[in-house]
Amino acid sequence: MVDTMCEVVGHKPLTEVYREMDLSAPEIAGQARPGQFVHVRVPGIGAASLRRPFSIFGADCGRLKILYKNVGRGTAEMTRLRTGDKLQVIGPLGNGFPLEPEGEALLVAGGYGVAPLFFLAGRLPRAGVALIGGRAAADILAREDFERIGWRVRVATQDGSLGEKGLVTDLLDRELERLRQKGLRGEIFACGPEGMSRAVGERAAAAGMRGWLSLDKRMVCGVGACLACVQKLRRADGSTWIGRVCHDGPVFEAREIVW
Amino acid sequence: MVNVMGHKIDMAVNLGGIRMRNPVTVASGTFGYGQEYAGLVDVTRLGAITVKGIRLREWPGNPLPRHVEVPGGMLNAIGLQGPGVEGFARDYMPFLRTTGVPVIVNIWGADESEYAEVARRLGEVEGVSGLELNISCPNVKEGGSVFGTDPRAAASLVAAVRRATTLPLMPKLAPNVPDIRVFVRAAQEAGADALSLINTLPAMAIDIESRRPILANKVGGLSGSAIHPVAVKLVWEAAQAARVPILAMGGIMGPEQAVEFMLAGAAAVAVGTANFIDPGVFLRVIDGIEAYMRRQGLGSVRELTGAVICD
Repeated sequence: MVDTMCEVVGHKPLTEVYREMDLSAPEIAGQARPGQFVHVRVPGIGAASLRRPFSIFGADCGRLKILYKNVGRGTAEMTRLRTGDKLQVIGPLGNGFPLEPEGEALLVAGGYGVAPLFFLAGRLPRAGVALIGGRAAADILAREDFERIGWRVRVATQDGSLGEKGLVTDLLDRELERLRQKGLRGEIFACGPEGMSRAVGERAAAAGMRGWLSLDKRMVCGVGACLACVQKLRRADGSTWIGRVCHDGPVFEAREIVW
Repeated sequence: MVNVMGHKIDMAVNLGGIRMRNPVTVASGTFGYGQEYAGLVDVTRLGAITVKGIRLREWPGNPLPRHVEVPGGMLNAIGLQGPGVEGFARDYMPFLRTTGVPVIVNIWGADESEYAEVARRLGEVEGVSGLELNISCPNVKEGGSVFGTDPRAAASLVAAVRRATTLPLMPKLAPNVPDIRVFVRAAQEAGADALSLINTLPAMAIDIESRRPILANKVGGLSGSAIHPVAVKLVWEAAQAARVPILAMGGIMGPEQAVEFMLAGAAAVAVGTANFIDPGVFLRVIDGIEAYMRRQGLGSVRELTGAVICD
């Protein structure tokens, strides 16, 4: 983990509200594991403004990619950054996903939740299936990126504007049924809104599979000091504890989480 | 520390018995237990490490959301989540002892006897250098500001803790009182060795779309740049009534605000919310204070305390 000044080396819109930003960050990119995140000090929103956390979308050849949605004051200001601009970044932070799935890997993404899962897809030993969900077609990201590296992709949108009409968990139910009929094992990796993660976790437990959920909580320090992003968790012996999503997570196994 | 001219700058301060090699610490709750930031910055350069508030037993804190960003700072209502005295001594003191930096433990309780018991037990923990008595947390129902806004309750509590410990004792005063000097006198007469101020200002933010308070606790404490001038005025007033040294905090973002606090009357300063934004900020504050002294031709950082000129 380092706190370093990074130069923007690429910045492009993916859809109307989602963007990809590429940073030159050799120290962070070299260490980064899928599921980890970076904590970014956004220039131009005032020196007293807090950092913003972003999942790592890719890390290769000294470059770090993040994917973000323009949702507020910080991300709105980020859209104005151009190649050559610099920003202070802490990373890589958090624990990340395990990389040895039992059986087929099922990735379940909601909206910008595809970011850590695409990074994961590139680092897993075998291709599996990526299930991508969103409200509408404009929320479906990175579909071609998964296909390019040999992953099967299924899409669901709530308004039916792309892929199947419905929830990403409907797609998951079908994949789980397929595995069950064939007697195959699988392991689930998910990142998305809390409601989606919770529903995915319930399915993982019901199917007797491990389900790794990357939680999206608002953070302050990013390093486990401030206790703003805590989550109640369960140990193997049934006792509970309060973990810090930024430091003890953001990835937890579904059965660890006390919702 | 020697400058290019060979002019020696003495950065050491004595905060009511806590011997700091420079006047800069961190505000309780903004730096965890030190180890969280150790991979990122050299925490051994701090004058002292002030850790998150602890009570006798483990405490879960408040539900989420516990924070919200506001112009010039943030509101928090963490609710003093902590491991309790034993958990702190077992899980966090081993690292803190390795730093060689004085450790100030922020303590709280539901009543006088709990505060006193926490203080007594910490007196038996090797490596604890001093206690910051939290009588001003706006985010817990018990303890906290009940003591911080009533001078008699504050004096009685400080006296009770005083009887329980020989460690340097530093009550942290609430900013939301009509006259801070009343609390300064009450605390020092009850046996305080130093005073810490200010705590966060009680505050609130509402989501206008849902019409609900943003914090689960409804109200929280405001910190960050926005509170700095409020804190300077309170430190300045407190210093006029204080016989004991003052640790000042509230909106330090760089060395300028730290020097301002010292001129207003502080012996030492604590960096708070800025740690979240820039974990290396305390290094800039330490180096910046030294650079300021060199510019001003001063030899000892203690010359800054109360050196404001009010014609």
